[in-house]
Amino acid sequence: MVMGLSGSGKSTLIRMLNGLWETTAGDVYIDDVDIAKIGDAELREVRQQKISMVFQHFALLPHRTVAQNAAYALNIQGMEKEERLKKAEEALEMVGLKGWGDKFPAQLSGGMKQRVGLARALAAGSDIMLMDEAFSALDPLIRREMQDQLIELQSRLNKTIVFITHDLNEAMRLGDRIAVMRDGRIVQIGTAEEVLNDPANDYVAQFVADVDRTRVLTASSVMETAQFVVNAEAGPREAQHTMREKQMAAAFAVGRRDNRLQGVVHDKDVVAAVNRGDQKIEGIIDTDVSSVHQDTYLADLFAPSAESPLPLAVVDDDHRLVGVVPRVTLLAAMASISETLHEAEAATAGTETEAVTTEQGGAAS
Amino acid sequence: MSESESFDPMDPRIDVGEWAENGVDWLDETFGPVLDGISDGLSTVYDAVVDLLTAPPFLVMVVLFAALGWFVRSWQFAIFAAAGFYLIAAMDQWEGAMETLTLVLLSAGMAVLLSVPLGVWAAKSSTVSQIVRPVLDFMQTLPPMVYLIPALAMFGIGSVPGMLATVVFAMPPGVRLTELGIRQVDTEVVEAGQAFGSPPGRILRQIQLPLALPTIMAGINQVIMLSLSMVVLAAMVGAAGLGLDVLSGLTTLDVAIGVEAGLGVVILAIYLDRLVAALADRAPVVKAAKVRD
Repeated sequence: MVMGLSGSGKSTLIRMLNGLWETTAGDVYIDDVDIAKIGDAELREVRQQKISMVFQHFALLPHRTVAQNAAYALNIQGMEKEERLKKAEEALEMVGLKGWGDKFPAQLSGGMKQRVGLARALAAGSDIMLMDEAFSALDPLIRREMQDQLIELQSRLNKTIVFITHDLNEAMRLGDRIAVMRDGRIVQIGTAEEVLNDPANDYVAQFVADVDRTRVLTASSVMETAQFVVNAEAGPREAQHTMREKQMAAAFAVGRRDNRLQGVVHDKDVVAAVNRGDQKIEGIIDTDVSSVHQDTYLADLFAPSAESPLPLAVVDDDHRLVGVVPRVTLLAAMASISETLHEAEAATAGTETEAVTTEQGGAAS
Repeated sequence: MSESESFDPMDPRIDVGEWAENGVDWLDETFGPVLDGISDGLSTVYDAVVDLLTAPPFLVMVVLFAALGWFVRSWQFAIFAAAGFYLIAAMDQWEGAMETLTLVLLSAGMAVLLSVPLGVWAAKSSTVSQIVRPVLDFMQTLPPMVYLIPALAMFGIGSVPGMLATVVFAMPPGVRLTELGIRQVDTEVVEAGQAFGSPPGRILRQIQLPLALPTIMAGINQVIMLSLSMVVLAAMVGAAGLGLDVLSGLTTLDVAIGVEAGLGVVILAIYLDRLVAALADRAPVVKAAKVRD
């Protein structure tokens, strides 16, 4: 993910990666081949086999059908017509354009055109995809939809994607690593959180000042260790002991070995079980517990947090309990975010009121 | 200037005309056999096409012209074509019109064959473009009749010098609009071709020419219109066709024949213009842009 304002050298950078523009100095290595040094024919070979590109204004051939456009790269590779149209159809299906193959680009909306551009790059079968402001020309709603689709596709295909954008929120949403460019130089490379929390210089700090952090920071960045956890196979006495010690009305029940979240046990049920003389708490585990994935953005934590009487349970891909987010922690994180914002804007007045407003907003939602 | 000792700055005389004449003479002497070959070949082709167009009865040709108009454009245009060509025949201008049509087809055809590749070359190379541009300016601003003189000197009287002068006169818009059309093709689309590893020839064939086609067709239309105006003038060097009647109408002050021949030229012009415009609308890019569900 490369981001920067116009004129910062993003487009130049991406066009040097596939040799569209010549490098005046330095090397560009793709699989140990320096494409800044090889001849035209070899360069074309590399472009056909290893690297494909998605363009800001789609760059489709208007006189060819959607299917022919999607098959363009394969046409250049010299694939037989029937085979390449079949592959193009598969690629179109991947981007959600099944059955649109016979249309012409002029019949498509902007978002659909870019899906064709994406399908063309996917059909090429290359490992590297260059995306030059690929979603910048789209309406905000369509852009979001396309971003979601790209994330979904990437989770399946796992390609190396170099994505150019001037939209910081887009960079934060899509990028594993973000390179911030200015005047032809990369001033910082890091994850979204690193760039946000530890900007390399004032320029980056100003740049990220108005990013909505609640859409960048995730549950895992604010969660705390779960204190009130009981073994799902333990007896009610042990559970009662834990809850008394922590002075909690309920506790999370997790698997003994796998640490998977199984539910919660409530104090009155535990006491009743002890009185009944039960050996296990299995029967009293309330499985109706709200949990969130560790990659959930802060913005999406408010609603579940407000509804849950207990701190929010945070789980990983295998539903293992990795931590909790108490409501107060969430609110504190929000408050500190708005403080950082104000610091970045160098505004001293209004910090407290702003923080309070955010807190109230958070509690209300 | 200093090399001429008799040059008087107050009473200047620079023999540009003589140089040009010497140049033409030199061409004529040096390439005489080649020029004769070109001349013979062209007149053979010219005669063959005229024979082809005039051999069938005029009514058959009228129907053919109308049918072509219908196929390419519309039935309204077919009716116009039928009426127009019938009027030409009714004005006793049929043979002249067919000769003029032949001159236009051959010279415009040659002009297109020369100008489109030149335009492509100029679009690819800034150097070529910079050289070609002033030459085209020169060709367009020189009074058209001036072309007839060297053509006459090199090829003698007849239809061939008329055609060749027409080729030179009609080329500029073909070159210009081809260059413009190709340069106007969205750079991102060309980049897309390059980015997927397409060689330059294929980019030209699959991307640049198809996308530039509407503009190139506009250029070809211009070439045909300029050819038509020039082949009429070419009657002055003995080219056959409607121009001869226009010329005789002019020299003998015969309004009737002048108007009839002139009207024939107008009908030909409208027919060719509409026909080429309709062909331009059939370009894949234009058709694809018009498709609706």
